[in-house]
Amino acid sequence: MKLELAGITKAFGPLVANDRVDLTVEEGEVHCLLGENGAGKTTLMNILFGLFRADAGEIRVDGETVHFRDPGDAVRKGIGMVHQHFMLVPVFTVAENIVLGFEPVRRFGFLDRRRARADIRRLSKEFGLDVDPDARVENLPVGAQQRVEILKALVRDAQVLILDEPTAVLTPQETEALFKIIRSLAASGRSVLFITHKLKEVLAVADRITVMRLGRVAGRTTPAESGEAELASMMVGREVELVVNKKPAEPGPPVLEVSDLTVVDERGLKVVDHVSLDVRAGEIVAVAGVQGNGQTELAQAVTGLTDHDRVSGSVRLEGREITQASPRQRLRAGIANIPEDRQADGLVLPMTIADNLVLDVYDQAPYARLGARNLARVRAGGQEKLKEFDIRASSAELPVSTLSGGNQQKVVVARELSRPVKLLVASQPTRGLDVGSIEYVHRRIVAERDRGCAVLVVSSELDEVLALGDRVAVMYRGRIVGIVPPTTSREQIGLMMAGVDQGAKDGAGEAPPAGDGERAGDGDRP
Amino acid sequence: MSVVELAPSDLVAAPEGRVVTSARVRGMGAFLLALAAIMVLAFGAGVPSDAKATFLLSAPPAIGLAPLVMPVRWVSIALAVVCAGLGAALLVRARPRGSYLTFGAGVTVFIWALLAWAARGNTLNFEQMLAETLVSATPLVYGALSGVMCERSGVVNIAIEGQFLAGAFLGAMIGSATGVLWAGVVAGAVAGAIFGALLAFLALRYGADQIIVGVVIVAFCTGLTNFLTEQVLTPYQATLNSPSTFSPAGIPLLDKIPILGPVLFYQNVFVYGAAVLLVVVQVALFQTRWGLRARAVSEHPRAAETVGIHVLSVRYRNVILGGVIAGIGGASFTIGSIGEFSADMTAGLGYVALAAMIFGRWRPFGALGAALLFGFSISLQSFLAVLNVGIPSPFLSMTPYVITIAVVSGLVGRVRPPAADGVPYSRE
Repeated sequence: MKLELAGITKAFGPLVANDRVDLTVEEGEVHCLLGENGAGKTTLMNILFGLFRADAGEIRVDGETVHFRDPGDAVRKGIGMVHQHFMLVPVFTVAENIVLGFEPVRRFGFLDRRRARADIRRLSKEFGLDVDPDARVENLPVGAQQRVEILKALVRDAQVLILDEPTAVLTPQETEALFKIIRSLAASGRSVLFITHKLKEVLAVADRITVMRLGRVAGRTTPAESGEAELASMMVGREVELVVNKKPAEPGPPVLEVSDLTVVDERGLKVVDHVSLDVRAGEIVAVAGVQGNGQTELAQAVTGLTDHDRVSGSVRLEGREITQASPRQRLRAGIANIPEDRQADGLVLPMTIADNLVLDVYDQAPYARLGARNLARVRAGGQEKLKEFDIRASSAELPVSTLSGGNQQKVVVARELSRPVKLLVASQPTRGLDVGSIEYVHRRIVAERDRGCAVLVVSSELDEVLALGDRVAVMYRGRIVGIVPPTTSREQIGLMMAGVDQGAKDGAGEAPPAGDGERAGDGDRP
Repeated sequence: MSVVELAPSDLVAAPEGRVVTSARVRGMGAFLLALAAIMVLAFGAGVPSDAKATFLLSAPPAIGLAPLVMPVRWVSIALAVVCAGLGAALLVRARPRGSYLTFGAGVTVFIWALLAWAARGNTLNFEQMLAETLVSATPLVYGALSGVMCERSGVVNIAIEGQFLAGAFLGAMIGSATGVLWAGVVAGAVAGAIFGALLAFLALRYGADQIIVGVVIVAFCTGLTNFLTEQVLTPYQATLNSPSTFSPAGIPLLDKIPILGPVLFYQNVFVYGAAVLLVVVQVALFQTRWGLRARAVSEHPRAAETVGIHVLSVRYRNVILGGVIAGIGGASFTIGSIGEFSADMTAGLGYVALAAMIFGRWRPFGALGAALLFGFSISLQSFLAVLNVGIPSPFLSMTPYVITIAVVSGLVGRVRPPAADGVPYSRE
């Protein structure tokens, strides 16, 4: 089936998300749609899948113009979509999820579960998509949930399969397995439209590539014609540096000492499991792992955002016990926190940029005197920070919600680094940012390290972990399975992310043995 | 540091989503031991050794059974031993599996002793008590099924109380005016459907807060029925508010079974209707295409939309059907037993029905169990009041509500509602 999008235009208020976008997907090809966050890829796919309606332009299937009023229409025309956030009902079984909306029934609308199971088994075999039809989706690992999503499209006989950022939640090994599936789908005559911002993946899997920038098509190419650098500059619109330049670390004494830290969630299950880890002055320790393996909870325990009665073990800052300290005591003690979700935890969106910049010190001199705020000083300080941290805004008096994601993140960074900082905790510091902002945030983090600050970076992007970390700690199911130097191969780190313990025997390179993987789990109790 | 150290084996996340910790199991065990102590001290040692209690166990048309005569002290002590044994088992084993069953058995034993004590030197019509349990539980079953219908599509229906009132009022009025009781049932259903549709319209079309809309509907129905009762029903009592009631009809042979026969198989159409509806909703919800889609909409509406299900249509349909069910349940108050409408006659039982639905984990048969429990507590308090046990009757009549509060506040374990329950849905 040949799919054409012609002149698709869609505006949300003043923002033009798609501006006359043309895209053609031939039968049996793997077509990559490459672009930064906010380039308009997801909007385009939601239009193609009938979730949004385009303001202008048309969609053609095998030359015939079609109109999709809802996803049901798109599905009937042979289009299937695997959303970035899976569209699966967690409490349903695999089979129930796959047949939902397309249920085989017997008389009186009774579900024909036997037939559903048989259909699923047949398709899983055909494409090597291994899943148990009777498993409950919430109990499956992410990779398996993705296979369920793909099967969901195949059961409906999808001829064009859209995969929206499918590798964001996968280990390198799972990604490789997904690429195999994609190739077998293409070989069967189906087309795959693969949406991503990761250059390596595009080159590995695409037949043809369309690059989007700011809502428009910025270029079309193939992996044979271009390399990473060309794709990156096409995506961003200028030359970009793909590597973070940094000198070798000169680690000093330990600043953060985490020993035997255990965190349980609301249900009492261990999400951080006897973790011990040191971060020294002047070094960056990057925590790698597939999302949901306890990294978030580790960062929250260090910054004091976890209920004390769910934490055991000890956290020390420059030798001082802070396990029971409040977030405010911790930030006064010199911990800076760049939280994972800047809009929920890093900023008060309706408040101004200037107010957001002093959220941590609004009650202290020079921003307050005798319990009254000094608003003139706050305003003036805001304007200075705009310049100092390259925040693109016409005034510090605008609500922070009016800024782009990159500039919002710069506001968080500016606030956190405007205090005397001994330890910087940065969780997913560049998630959803454009390449320019990523470069900026990375440079600031490295600059803090060079100044002698201890840095703990948590990221699910392996590229970022390897680029920033002086040592890389890999987490799996709440445990640190190993601490390795950043020169370790991606394959090996991938295996560790999948729970295969390899870190200990490789040692930690130039790093001191204090934080070695062997210590994970046998730390001393206070 | 007070960290609760829990091994994964301590936790059982039951498929229905109830989490039982071993600490809770131990708590249940300790509670049973306390009950056993009460039984020994108050019901055993506290009564004269020759006091006897008589339970009547038969009613027409069942085959007659001789009344059960028990020496109160010795029966209480024997039952206390059983209860203590069950409590000790929970304390020692502290395993979640089967703990609720054991706990339930212990409480049942306690209630038996309590009844024996209350009826000392007297006669308790146990058969009638069971029958009244079922009668009291019937509107709760309708209400809870209405809640299941709505919440299993993702809409919270807190307006059940209002739909009860509307159904009871219109059922009585139409039943009385036409002289045809079935017309009353239909009228009750229509009244419920109207307020179901209103809830759906405000909640789905305008995304209004479902709790607030529900409360407003209850307030509106209360006010309207009070006003109309005063203005219309009272002046024309004889024509508009004197319906007859459905009389019990026995199911041949089954109603001859001792003890349970008259309770289960000699009832009126509302009770039989509730039984049929229970099975229909249970099967439809978990075995049919309609049920799968409704549950998907209540758990993850966006996922349902992406596979071509019209989220709002599913919700409209379920909420209106839920209104129909609650309206019929309302009609049972007037043309099922009492035979006239009076202001505020539902007395908050719509909320109790909602609690039964929650206690029943959003499942029809679970709700039935809860409704029977509440029904029994209603019947228990009225019998205890008659037996004159020395507790002031206003306190006794609190029993069903106290149990409701305990249930809703999670005393009996955490339950997991549908994930998108009460969350308005919009596409963009």
